[in-house]
Amino acid sequence: MFKILRKTAQTGLVTIGYPDTPAQVSLRFRGAPRFDFPGWRDARAAAQACPTGAIAIRELGDTRQVTVDYGLCTYCGECADADPGAIQMTREWELAAIDRRNLVTTAEYAVAGDGIQCELRRVHHGYWPVEATSEELAQKVRDRIHSVLRRSLAIREVDAGSCNGCEVEITALNNPIYDLERLGIHFVASPRHADMLLVTGPVTRNMELALLKAYRATPDPKVVVAVGACGISGGIFGRNYATLGGVDQVVPVDVYIPGCPPRPHALLHGILLAVGRMAQKGIPQ
Amino acid sequence: MSEIYLNVAASDVRAAVSDLLEKGHRLSAAFAEDRLWAEGCFYVYNVFEQPDSVEYLLLRTLVSDRHPVFPSLAAEIPALNWQEREIQDWFGLIAEGHPNPRRVALHDNWPDVHPLRKDFAIDTVLPPFEGEQHVYRPTLGEGVFQIPVGPIHAGIIEPGHFNFAVAGEPILYLQLRMFYVHKGIEKRFEQLPVNPAVHLAESISGDSSFAHGVAFCQAIEQAAGVEIPERAKRMRTILLELERIYNHVADIGAIATDVGFVIANAHASRLREMILGLNEELTGNRLLRGMVCAGGVRRDWRWDQVEDLAAVLKTFEREFSDLMRIIETSDSTRDRLERTGILHPDKARDLGIVGVAGRASGVDRDVRRDHPYAAYGSVELRVPVYQEGDVLRRLQVRVDEIRQSLGVIRSVASARDHGPYRVSISPLPPDRCALSAVEGWRGEILHWIRTGPDNRLERCKIKDPSVNNWPALVEAVQGNIVPDFPVINKSFNLSYSGTDR
Repeated sequence: MFKILRKTAQTGLVTIGYPDTPAQVSLRFRGAPRFDFPGWRDARAAAQACPTGAIAIRELGDTRQVTVDYGLCTYCGECADADPGAIQMTREWELAAIDRRNLVTTAEYAVAGDGIQCELRRVHHGYWPVEATSEELAQKVRDRIHSVLRRSLAIREVDAGSCNGCEVEITALNNPIYDLERLGIHFVASPRHADMLLVTGPVTRNMELALLKAYRATPDPKVVVAVGACGISGGIFGRNYATLGGVDQVVPVDVYIPGCPPRPHALLHGILLAVGRMAQKGIPQ
Repeated sequence: MSEIYLNVAASDVRAAVSDLLEKGHRLSAAFAEDRLWAEGCFYVYNVFEQPDSVEYLLLRTLVSDRHPVFPSLAAEIPALNWQEREIQDWFGLIAEGHPNPRRVALHDNWPDVHPLRKDFAIDTVLPPFEGEQHVYRPTLGEGVFQIPVGPIHAGIIEPGHFNFAVAGEPILYLQLRMFYVHKGIEKRFEQLPVNPAVHLAESISGDSSFAHGVAFCQAIEQAAGVEIPERAKRMRTILLELERIYNHVADIGAIATDVGFVIANAHASRLREMILGLNEELTGNRLLRGMVCAGGVRRDWRWDQVEDLAAVLKTFEREFSDLMRIIETSDSTRDRLERTGILHPDKARDLGIVGVAGRASGVDRDVRRDHPYAAYGSVELRVPVYQEGDVLRRLQVRVDEIRQSLGVIRSVASARDHGPYRVSISPLPPDRCALSAVEGWRGEILHWIRTGPDNRLERCKIKDPSVNNWPALVEAVQGNIVPDFPVINKSFNLSYSGTDR
């Protein structure tokens, strides 16, 4: 007993202050890539190097459409290795978004005969609401939900097909460093006790029914957070005979947290974003 | 490491295998491949670990399309029970004489498909499932009842279904239903070029990203006939050991939690965080992803990173001793762990149990020592082996291995280490086969590949140690009380994703 107390006293306070104080993240942390869209000459090398298809190319005659989907990105750095001139790995991780389209950048280039991109015609980062009325309505509904869930939040984690990488980081939220409970948030054993489902993917066909049952068992109002590249889009597994590719293929999703896996800070950001306690930061531009 | 292939006719397999078992060979894995379009047949492979050789032995049996049947060995080798049924499910070959030939990988409500056949497209859309996912054996008898648990469990863990038959508190037997997180990984490997496939290998089992990544890259390097630089070998060794340390220390904490000793877990999870932070300093990723590549590693280390490594490990070692002093002096913890969840050495040998669980039950095996790879040929390893096979010994193996890992890292890490860390590998010629083995923190990981055209893979078989070890859990819980199940399960801590793929 004395040993335990002495060790506790020796250890002192280890808990981080995020989100009240900025997160201390290693200088060597490899976060989301940033693209130099105006200066990008050839997206083909990066698209070929990307293991998940997060960088995709569509050739339309003398026009090339390049799509960068942070919802598929695993921050592996292959694109930056393949095309260091146009792509840089950043240390950004606060990418969680309330709309799947917020994670997608589309750029359109004029292409010369040799396949080199000679002119950036337009670039479109994320998504800007077109219909203000429907967006306002959505915000109103969100505000109502936030007013109920904002202060104390019970989370049920559902692994709907993950490789267990996301679970390693989600488990870390309970340790003394990240200590989720200091924010009034805790994990519960049953969806019936939960306000939020924190779901990892890619949803497998064998977990589809279990996920649906967990969703139905969670009382309203509830929020669903899709975790990691696989939870958002199916990630490297994609959509195949055994997977459905992304949590929103089965249940409606309120917040998407990119990463492979998202670091615990990023999970915290996404969870707090889902209950209106933090703001969306957007993708690197 | 390389491997030996032996072609054996279906009619001779039984005799050949019983001969091998007598000589002390251990069956490690069984798998099949579809060679219909190329050679007009299937092959079934049985992979053996030889007693006094670094090479694995693969018995290869031809199975014809017209008579798609292979002799089952599961009755003699219980370790084959699931793996032969997997071959049935994936390829539609019949394991003749299997004592329990029901489906294992495909749930009962799946249509009659065989996904690893070449004529099955990966994006096939299957009709909606109907009926029960699995029909369990009934539990009969007065006062005997069943407790179904899962697939979603109470904690933050992977999904699977456990069906306990209990008489009061003691568990009579446990039925497992896995493959809830089957993602078609082996099929997916056949789609990807070699480089992106490394990232898929890292996603087989999230907490063993690096070990699976290395296993895959070693197979590619072997198929290409490439030797990686010494420096890359040492870097891989360091990172493999860091993966072992962060998982072992987390398990030690989790075992403590499951007997109600949460303060120990608070310290253990802090220590895990220390290693995860170190991982990030060394590779840019907390789970060591995006570091390994075919031909070596993707990034170099600067001298200050290696000095960081030494400093963090020094602090870790001191704190780890404190943690173990706290756990070891707690009589009530010892009381709960000792003689709980016993796996007898005889059973462990019969079932072919590997890794931590095997070593706690008298199985003196470790791929690092028996089939050296990376820089393990140059380090001294004393493999901890215990005979008691209870939760306490599975904990003790982890403690011993963490201490040993620290020593391994120190012996191969040097700040003044220079030289190339990567060699380029030209596109692979088709039809090269290679088997690679890595001692992941759970145990023996095997990757077997056959290369195809266009620098792609024709087949990639993955054997996670969990595949071998689930039967050990079933064995170890018998006679224990239900409230001890969590701690017994945790002491094995098997990978669902690695099993289900």
